[in-house]
Amino acid sequence: MDLTLSDEQRLLRESADRFISDTYTADHRRKIASDPLGFSADIWKQFADLGWLALPISETYGGLGGGAIEIGILMEAFGRGLVSEPYLSTVVIGASLISECGTDAQKHELLPKIADGSLILAFAHSERQARFDLSDVKTTAKKTPDGWRLDGQKTAVLDGNAAGQIIVSARDDGGKIGLFLMPRGATGLTSRDYPRLGGGRASNLDLNGVQLPAEAVFGDGSDALPAIEAVVDRAMAALGAEAVGIMQTLLDQTLEYTKIRKQFGRPLSANQVIRHRLADMAMQCDEARSMALRAALMADAEPVARGRAASGAKAKIGKCARFVAEQSVQLHGAMGVTEELDIGSYFKRLLAFDTLFGNSGHHYRRHAALGGRAVQA
Amino acid sequence: MDLTFNAEERAFEQEVRDFIAANLTPEMKRATALTPSVFSDPDIGMAWQRALHKKGWGAPGWPVDHGGPDWTPAQRWIFEAECARAGVPNVNVMGVKMVGPVIIGFGSPEQKNFYLPRILSGEDYWCQGYSEPGSGSDLASLKTRAVRDGDDYIINGTKIWTTHAHHANRMFALVRTNETERQQDGISFILIDMKTPGITTRPILTIGGDHEVNQVFFDDVRVPVANRVGEEGKGWTYGKYLLEFERGAGIASAKLRDVLKTIAELAESEVTGRAIDDPDIAVRMSEIEVDIDTLEMTELRVLSALQTGQNPGAVSSLLKLRNSEIRQAVTRLGVDVIGNDGLYVEPVRPLYRLNETPGIPEELLPVVPEYLNGRAYTIFGGSSEIQREIVAKMVLGL
Repeated sequence: MDLTLSDEQRLLRESADRFISDTYTADHRRKIASDPLGFSADIWKQFADLGWLALPISETYGGLGGGAIEIGILMEAFGRGLVSEPYLSTVVIGASLISECGTDAQKHELLPKIADGSLILAFAHSERQARFDLSDVKTTAKKTPDGWRLDGQKTAVLDGNAAGQIIVSARDDGGKIGLFLMPRGATGLTSRDYPRLGGGRASNLDLNGVQLPAEAVFGDGSDALPAIEAVVDRAMAALGAEAVGIMQTLLDQTLEYTKIRKQFGRPLSANQVIRHRLADMAMQCDEARSMALRAALMADAEPVARGRAASGAKAKIGKCARFVAEQSVQLHGAMGVTEELDIGSYFKRLLAFDTLFGNSGHHYRRHAALGGRAVQA
Repeated sequence: MDLTFNAEERAFEQEVRDFIAANLTPEMKRATALTPSVFSDPDIGMAWQRALHKKGWGAPGWPVDHGGPDWTPAQRWIFEAECARAGVPNVNVMGVKMVGPVIIGFGSPEQKNFYLPRILSGEDYWCQGYSEPGSGSDLASLKTRAVRDGDDYIINGTKIWTTHAHHANRMFALVRTNETERQQDGISFILIDMKTPGITTRPILTIGGDHEVNQVFFDDVRVPVANRVGEEGKGWTYGKYLLEFERGAGIASAKLRDVLKTIAELAESEVTGRAIDDPDIAVRMSEIEVDIDTLEMTELRVLSALQTGQNPGAVSSLLKLRNSEIRQAVTRLGVDVIGNDGLYVEPVRPLYRLNETPGIPEELLPVVPEYLNGRAYTIFGGSSEIQREIVAKMVLGL
């Protein structure tokens, strides 16, 4: 039992914190907000140079063999800076799906490109009717003489605008969910890109007879749902760590503001109602920290334990995040609802966090269902 | 990082399990399950204390030269977790976990030699004289006076909410020995024999139907000056030291898991018409389970910091707040799980010694009293409002 950081992990945290505070200024964020890419290609290159893109990739394929704890350390720093680079899509989800489901040839071809920064990925899985049900996939993949033909619609494809390749889930004739590698420029693919709540961009995709070669399918074509669930559970752990960084920043800024802002001749923080609210915010930040860590530590556990840890963390952190975000705006008064402060950006990113891969309510139900209770997730 | 315990620690865990299996009688287990108040009755609790003492485990948190077992923080964690899982009785925490550490930290050699062995063996049963009718959250305003008269103090005044004063043969108390400008500076920490002439005890019934707390009156009670712990006027410092212990040594999640398990088993049973099939109950069960996971993880983070010699900081208030709130959520869920049977009132105590068969299944009897008595969790040991003030001061620097 040891929950302290190793020397390497401490160094990673220090370098990430330093990089983020040097790079991600409010000015930088304002510039990126209107950028059609949604992030800085130059910073992405620096991520590659720092080894961050290779972090969770196995050493066999040119990676560093890091785990969920290291990802969490980076993601927490990313949260503090409201990083909009496609790290989650490409590294946390994309590289993991390839590692879980890809053939050896696919891994050799794709993973080194992720590590060196030349390949950006997106994961097209969610569909409108599915809400947050990972098993609800209506997009079809039909075998053709030359390969595959994909038809269907995908929503909220994070970083779909910037990805060179998009990993698409689709159901084959046998009813199994497969994963397919689809170039962004594929014929029959229409992409509607939009700025995403809280920073970055996303896309809604229309797949209308998209033709893909036979080797576009991941692995041997066996059902990819268990792998998708595992990867999404780990993505939720990573997002939890990011949320912790965001919440801590909101708490720090709100604390500072309530000490400076004076009304009735004294600082806001002299009022007990404000002090107790801040105490609750601090407590919920700490609870979120505990749960993000727990989900990371259980990222490789057996599926039910892993799923319950991930859903528990997502549900709990989502609840805490909403509280901290809403109270941060509240305690900043009217200034909190303006675009003139950073508070609103952090607030929106936490709102997006709660929604991504299923909100609090959904994950409490999944937690109950995985515990054998008669609840529809 | 690693969430699992090592081979040595797992071997210790097995030793604890074996000890519990050999020493926890079915009577003790049943009595504990049917106790809806915060503390076990002394006949149950002290039987367990004697078994622990025989094994050398009478006071897990004490240093080894005073009879502690010299456990690592991880061993203490494992011990507490296994005890909670097995449903062992509460021992006299006012002795082992409260006054014991204060005597060890600040007592005279004579006090250590006299009192500590009697706490370990269960010979002494302690109660805590802190709150007064006019001094609750504002404890430092306490008015019970101890006036020096030769080698004695003469004590006059009253203490209230005194848990198990009707069972205890000793009390540790905060008393006013001086009128000082800063009221904290006039307080001393004193050890009182409950059989001293002039002490009377009045029972106070709580809303769950239990007699657990009392009001204690002091009428010209003579206590030797030698019974004062440490210096005169330093009682507040010692008392605060003790409160940090009272708020939890940071191992509450295992107990919460055990009480939730009891409610979950009721919800899954035909006795409650399978309340768990109500999606509202099922989801609330998950919410609480997740809250317990969260608290456990925070406790493990503290434990890990302690193991590596780091200071976990002012975390006891955070843990106390969450522990008490989660405990109340579990008891509230319990009331909803048992449905109509929650309307049944059983006035006789203790519940494990009823002469007649109760009108509802026995295992449901403590559920409503536990909820009602449990409202005290966010009040005793410093109310939640006081804890939030401490968090604001100590954690946020406000």
